[in-house]
Amino acid sequence: MMRALLASPRLRNWFYGYAPPERGTVVLGHRRVYIVPTRLGWIYAATLGILLVGSINYALQLGFALTFVLAGTAIAAMVHTTRNLARLAVSAGRADPVFGGEEAQFRLLLDNRARYDRPALLVRQVDSGSQLVLDVAAGALGEAVLAVRARKRGWLPLGRVMLETRFPLGLFRAWSYVEPDARCLVYPRPERTPLPAPAADAAAGAARAQTLGNDDFSGLRTYQLSDSPRHVAWKAAARSDDMLTKQFSGAAGVELWLDWSLLAGAAGPEQRLSRLAAWVLAAELTGAAYGLRMPGLELAPGRGDAHSTTCLQALALYRCA
Amino acid sequence: MKVAHPLAPELRAVSLRDLGGLLLALLLVAGPHALRMPWWLSLLTLGLYGWRTQLALARAALPSRWLLLAVAALALAAVFFEYRTLFGRTPGIVLLVLFSGLKLLEMRTHRDGAVVAFLCYFLIMTNLLYTQSIPTAALMCAALLAVNCTLVGFAAPRRSMRANLRTAGLLLAHAAPAALVLFLLFPRVQGPLWGLPQDAYSGITGLSDTMSPGNLSQLAQSDAVAFRAEFQGETPAPRQRYWRGPVLWDFDGRTWSMGQNWLERFEPPRGEGRFEYVVTLEVHNRTWLFALETAASLPERARLTSDGMIVSALPVRGRLRYAVVSLADAQTGQNERGGALERALALPEGGNPRARALAAQWRLGAQDDAEVLLRAIDFFRGAALSYTLEPPLLGRDPVDEFLFDTRAGFCEHFSSAFVYMMRAAGVPARVVTGYQGGEVNTVDRIITVRQSDAHAWAEAYLPGRGWIRLDPTAAAIPGRIESGLARAVRQGEPVPLLLRPQLEWLRSARYNWEALAHRWNVMVLGYSPERQRDLMSSLGMRDADWRSMTAAMASALGAFTLLLLAWSLRRLVRPDPVQRAWRSFCRKLGARGVVRAPHEGPHDYAERAAHRLPAAAAAIEAIAALYLIARYGRAASREQVAELKQRVRALRLA
Repeated sequence: MMRALLASPRLRNWFYGYAPPERGTVVLGHRRVYIVPTRLGWIYAATLGILLVGSINYALQLGFALTFVLAGTAIAAMVHTTRNLARLAVSAGRADPVFGGEEAQFRLLLDNRARYDRPALLVRQVDSGSQLVLDVAAGALGEAVLAVRARKRGWLPLGRVMLETRFPLGLFRAWSYVEPDARCLVYPRPERTPLPAPAADAAAGAARAQTLGNDDFSGLRTYQLSDSPRHVAWKAAARSDDMLTKQFSGAAGVELWLDWSLLAGAAGPEQRLSRLAAWVLAAELTGAAYGLRMPGLELAPGRGDAHSTTCLQALALYRCA
Repeated sequence: MKVAHPLAPELRAVSLRDLGGLLLALLLVAGPHALRMPWWLSLLTLGLYGWRTQLALARAALPSRWLLLAVAALALAAVFFEYRTLFGRTPGIVLLVLFSGLKLLEMRTHRDGAVVAFLCYFLIMTNLLYTQSIPTAALMCAALLAVNCTLVGFAAPRRSMRANLRTAGLLLAHAAPAALVLFLLFPRVQGPLWGLPQDAYSGITGLSDTMSPGNLSQLAQSDAVAFRAEFQGETPAPRQRYWRGPVLWDFDGRTWSMGQNWLERFEPPRGEGRFEYVVTLEVHNRTWLFALETAASLPERARLTSDGMIVSALPVRGRLRYAVVSLADAQTGQNERGGALERALALPEGGNPRARALAAQWRLGAQDDAEVLLRAIDFFRGAALSYTLEPPLLGRDPVDEFLFDTRAGFCEHFSSAFVYMMRAAGVPARVVTGYQGGEVNTVDRIITVRQSDAHAWAEAYLPGRGWIRLDPTAAAIPGRIESGLARAVRQGEPVPLLLRPQLEWLRSARYNWEALAHRWNVMVLGYSPERQRDLMSSLGMRDADWRSMTAAMASALGAFTLLLLAWSLRRLVRPDPVQRAWRSFCRKLGARGVVRAPHEGPHDYAERAAHRLPAAAAAIEAIAALYLIARYGRAASREQVAELKQRVRALRLA
């Protein structure tokens, strides 16, 4: 019954007291922390029942005291379990883009602003089941990395995350759901049989493309911040104090167009995007300048990490007509 | 998606630290039992604990189920061999202790560990069947702390033991108020819910309804407290402290027994020397109650027998408190029934020829019974009898052998011989048992009477005067009454430790301790349904029944839980005044629709706000500037902080 009710997202959101996604830092209020006895808690309660009956039957005043201290301990444990979770500040950290089929690594920051430890916090991404147990000391910041498999390109939201604790006695289970506004960009999954772009491109009449592949190393220049680490002359850098960047003569003059229309033979738009993503990676490796041309979108040729990221982002977020 | 739950106890393996905590807890809770159990069964339990420890240290696999079953069968057989049964209180508890070792041997996960922890609670409870003293309570607290610390360790395995111990202590401290509320208000019901096991009151020492040579001197070697008496006003002198118990009429040549007696309508005697006091009687599983001779009032719901014994309707199975008034000099039984007097003259046929001859001799020259009495007392004074806790065994004519051959005995010999002689001389007489003496605690003036004060004396009937008390032991050994048992017997006899006069310093420490123990007995262990009603009426709830008490308990518990919640809701970390002023500033602007974006710094935010609210632009910019100085500036002065606060407070946004 409850389960059926909570299957509806709106009802669920009302019940759990929040509407996703939640921006910024989420502080788990008491209203959002739920608590029920665990199976161990029920066994404890049964134990107390037996102890109470024994105390009554044998008129053991100290037995009453024992039973009632244990009952008081259960009440205190309930409050302590809630306290272990309540008012924990949860915020989402950076999630680096991944390719489709990989696992997105979401960082969740648990900020313990209290003066007490919060041991044994279970953080679990509800859908993927990715989970870990974290101890967050008083005033400390804990980081949980949750892996979620990226199946489709585009934005991947983190989704619902459950925080749970049974500290201190394991008699109660307190939990809370958060759905922080964290998302991870998923690039199209690169198709692993990348077709070399130039042959088709040459047919398009770009004569300059002929120099592609003759990318000869032409010399070194001083490293600049925007240079790709792949082009850093690491061996030379190790010998000298300066960082040096390798220059390629061929790359300077060549412009390579990675064109949507060249992939007419692909099975569908998603496969085209996959091949384009693979091309972007291949082209970046060659060091050539490459541009991306898609229906309704054209990115001028360029190279370097920033350019490849732009291209991959465009592919990830491309809306097929 | 279904995944294994990392917090589920059945999936978490017990670590070496967890095992250590449980072993410590078990030693604390099973220790008191082990001291009472047969030594070889205690050793067996310890062996099981050791086995488990060894397996854990060697990282070896736990024994197979079949091996464990075999060990369990062996334990059952051992208990059966010792007790010839598996049921009843003692064998049951011994089995529980043994099974704690067996459970350890199959403990793999935290779920099993929790079962052992709960078993510890039961072992604490079963120990309370034997003792509920202050040290027991202290041990109970220590054991609870150990068990709870282990459970906290299960929940937080990576946290330091010291931090976990602190948490366990905090839990106990937080549990205390709720426990107190429950203890005071939980409705108490009288009496057992079902029949207690046969052996529930075994091993309780105390006077019995018979007396034969040797059983009082056995009892007198026990230190156990029989009862305590708190006097209002004067305490009686040692020679006045005759606490009357069972009266023995019938003699079969060896054993005196109570025989039949009748309840009588109580008529308060008249006399001098009034003492008012409250007796706290320990459990003795008999119906009679003790009071100073001669009781002038009866405790509630108690009756008096025709021979002056106070009896309650049910055996005393819980510590009992009652108020009594006694008179030191009062006469009773002036109009004794003829049947009773005949009974007080009956002797078995034959035996003890020398005693009978002597009694006949007393009778011959005497004018009346009183003169016979005087002669008998003279005889006991001059007979050079000695007093001993280890009386020699007596043969077929015990009175003759005691009076004329061995000449050494305990009060049962003295009283028995005296009453025998009286009857032989034709004077109605009976044996009275009870306690004589008791020790006055110099701290709280309470008289503690122990089993070692057990005594027997005699009563003889004189026409016109009624029953009068005669203590042949006092006549023969005057020191017994004035200075107690320890000085009356010879050096080197097994006097209970606490009675030995050499240990004076120990005695004063003991007085303090006993005063405390008495308060504990009265206040905590003596918390009865009556006391609970008294408490409720002093709280303004007259005639509180279980419903109103449950309601009071529930509301007090609820209030306590709310208090605890409020404690957990305390402000986490109070922001500094600068931060508070800034937040209030942001709230004020937010109410006007200028909400600070998370990425927005103070400067940008103020600029945007000033743009949106030109009327207050100057004030907004001033506040932002002050905030930047106060928060990030190198040395913000107190005045600047004050100004910031003042300005934020004064900020009016139209």
